[in-house]
Amino acid sequence: MQGPLGLYNYWIVIVLMMTGFYIVIARPNLIKKIVGLFVFQTSVFIFFITMAKVEDGTAPIIQEGVNLYSNPLPHVLILTAIVVSLATTALGLALVVRIRESYGTINEDDIHVQDEAS
Amino acid sequence: MEHLINIVLLGLLMLAGFAIVRTKSLLAVAMLTSIYSLLSASLFVVLDAVDVALTEAAIGAGISTILMLAAIALTSDEEKAPRHTPLLPLFVVIATGAALIYGTLDMPRFGDPAAPAHRHVAPTYLQDTPTAIGIPNVVTSVLASYRSYDTLGEVTVIFTAGTGVLALLGFRPRRRNTEDTGRKKLVILRVVAKLFFPLILLFALYVLFHGDYGPGGGFQAGVIFATGFILYALAFGLSNSQQLIPHQLLYVMAAAGVLIYGLVGIASMLLGGKFLEYQVLANDPVTGQHVGILLIETGVAITVAAVVLIIYYGFVSRRPAPGDI
Repeated sequence: MQGPLGLYNYWIVIVLMMTGFYIVIARPNLIKKIVGLFVFQTSVFIFFITMAKVEDGTAPIIQEGVNLYSNPLPHVLILTAIVVSLATTALGLALVVRIRESYGTINEDDIHVQDEAS
Repeated sequence: MEHLINIVLLGLLMLAGFAIVRTKSLLAVAMLTSIYSLLSASLFVVLDAVDVALTEAAIGAGISTILMLAAIALTSDEEKAPRHTPLLPLFVVIATGAALIYGTLDMPRFGDPAAPAHRHVAPTYLQDTPTAIGIPNVVTSVLASYRSYDTLGEVTVIFTAGTGVLALLGFRPRRRNTEDTGRKKLVILRVVAKLFFPLILLFALYVLFHGDYGPGGGFQAGVIFATGFILYALAFGLSNSQQLIPHQLLYVMAAAGVLIYGLVGIASMLLGGKFLEYQVLANDPVTGQHVGILLIETGVAITVAAVVLIIYYGFVSRRPAPGDI
């Protein structure tokens, strides 16, 4: 796709990425931060999959009568990245649960106050 | 038409993203995250990445949401207002976004077949897969054969995450029927769960063994397999589902999957090939590839299923700590 619409996907990806980034740096709630990280990660997945798309191509599963396929390599990278995102989300949430048990809160501001007081 | 769906889905994704920022109730945020993930899975289907879509739907929209809900149940579901004004973060975000948008200006346009990404190794994979590997799904052939070292690393990451969650949250087996009192009324859920449980497990096996020919593979199969047990635990209580699959067995399974993967590599070395060079596993190189891919995909599925269940049980078997500030 030519013209400015050819960059539309990338721009939306950047908006999504910055949405996630904003949640991570501006919100004190730790679970919200992990959600922000998740939004950021997913936007990167969309970025890679957008780059893999070939105009008029089809899914990279070889069949007769089809000559044009989308690029399978980014698909592989992102497939495994999604699985890693599960690993990071699970570990992050486990840490949040432990922080809540020690501090009694999952609000970053409150945790700082407690750290300074002790 | 494809472009229109693409544009609409991306627009909806943006709306979901903004809604996540604005929403204060964390339960609603978890559901919005699930919607966001499902939307991106639909987008992956439009963009020809069917394997990725299957994985995103199972992991992002399914398991991640369940884990978030479990973590919210253990903490609190209200978000307090931030103490600082969001001016500085807003400035940082806008500046970074502007720099990134400037960076996209010389990117190859969407769908451009002449983009550098499509001219490097990708054509080789697409051309050689039917003859050298002998399976139609190129994503599976790259994942399990050409780049099997990466995938071994990935499985180890999953295994490490399982170990990490276990170290952080531990695991406390529950005595029978201690938590089932509130669940007695869930007749509809129980009937549906009973009906779906065998079908989900069967579908997981289909996704595993059909991964060579259509979308699917070990990662997706493992997650779908685990969802079957999670559905069972939701409907019939944790203690009953733990009788179905004891946690000692889960520990063994998590390690066994990685072990199977590694042993396939060592077996191919002993048979005179390189590490994870499947051609030597059978008389015919293509059959060897088939055997190798099937074995390592099975290993991946076993580890992923076991680790997802270990993580889930770790979260739900923990009791919430009292009081919030």
